[in-house]
Amino acid sequence: MGLINGVNNDEYVRLLGAWPSPFVLRTRIALNLKRVPYEYLEEEDTLNSESVLNYNPVHKQIPILIHGNKPIRESLNIVMYVDETWLSGPPILPSDPFDRAVARFWDVYIDEHCFTSINGVAVAKDEEERKMAIAKLEQCMALLEETFQECSKGRGFFGGDNIGFIDIGFGSMLGPLKVLEKFSGVKFIHPENTPGLFNWADRFYAHEAVKPVMPDTEKLVEFARLKFNTSIFK
Amino acid sequence: MAEEVILLNFWPSMFGMRTMIALKEKKVKYEHREEDLINNKSALLLEMNPIYKKIPVLIHNGKPVCESVIQVQYIDEIWSDKNPLLPKDPYQRAQALFWADFIDKKLYVCGRKTWATKGEELEEAKKEFIDILKTLQSELGDKPYFGGNSFGFLDIVLIGFYSWFPAYQKFGNFSIEPESSILMDWGKRCMERESVATSLPDPERIGGFILQLKKLYGIE
Repeated sequence: MGLINGVNNDEYVRLLGAWPSPFVLRTRIALNLKRVPYEYLEEEDTLNSESVLNYNPVHKQIPILIHGNKPIRESLNIVMYVDETWLSGPPILPSDPFDRAVARFWDVYIDEHCFTSINGVAVAKDEEERKMAIAKLEQCMALLEETFQECSKGRGFFGGDNIGFIDIGFGSMLGPLKVLEKFSGVKFIHPENTPGLFNWADRFYAHEAVKPVMPDTEKLVEFARLKFNTSIFK
Repeated sequence: MAEEVILLNFWPSMFGMRTMIALKEKKVKYEHREEDLINNKSALLLEMNPIYKKIPVLIHNGKPVCESVIQVQYIDEIWSDKNPLLPKDPYQRAQALFWADFIDKKLYVCGRKTWATKGEELEEAKKEFIDILKTLQSELGDKPYFGGNSFGFLDIVLIGFYSWFPAYQKFGNFSIEPESSILMDWGKRCMERESVATSLPDPERIGGFILQLKKLYGIE
């Protein structure tokens, strides 16, 4: 039985990630919520990384959670795996099957529509394209505001009193949203249009599982400026 | 309280097939309602899935569950007393969900290109399609089913596409058999199950449906 840093080989947890990635952020928040000790490995060049290629040959993407020698890929899968494997602390997914289905549905929506729209605004080639992407993103925010009101039922988070699956899924997008707000001049999370989300965002940022790992907005702004050489960032 | 289970479906959908198979594997009594997606979506569909307006929609005691992969998980959790569909082990579950996502993002998109594109784009799609099948075949290995000895979640996620394979090959003018014989054997094995045989349409009908779609979208 081997040991790494005093931990049994089979139990050792590593996370391959990249600091700007909202998907990596999800997995770090989940690990923090469950107080799982892990080694974080920053992958600067994922496409040329041997580790990434070795553990995720199909997509060559991070995050990758390596538990012992078992790789788990896809951020939402990793969050669910963490929830099911480490049972201390409040559960991330609800216990009721219908509520679980709702939580899963909204995280799929966030990835397929919300994140796609955020990207759409960032890569828009001209004003026309940007306006359409912004409109789509504003629609997403309106829908998520409704969802927040329904799911939170007057409490602090989508998950109720505690951070849950939808909080993690959407909260990880707050950094990119703030970057877009800075460059586009549009407030996507607005005290009047989306009051629930507006107050929830502050609560999310302040949470002990989120605060230590949420990337600094200014650093994200700089990262976006370098990565997206499109009109919005000039 | 009596259970009321309704499935809003559209017969060619490989996604709807998943939910049907899962319900049948669990021997759940349900009402099947066929939606006319091309001409006239029902008021119930629009009410139960306002965001995507798509099938399948599973309505359990009046509450809608959308997205086929989410529905299969829901069915497994609600009717947990018989025939478990997902693996119990969290790591095996994570692997199954990873491959389900792969099938949805890669196989579905690529499959569509085999009948909806031509020229260079079609040739690329055909190559990619074979690669995807080889990847899935490698994941299957020498197991009878993706989950091992029992028919389960990942088999359910993939098997609907088996009814579309002949049409993909016909319209794309290529053959997948030589490189995916193990996967074809798996397909035949699954078709021996009543839940699958009664949920998958005749591949000939899929061919006719694609012709209808091509006409609708003006694709030659």
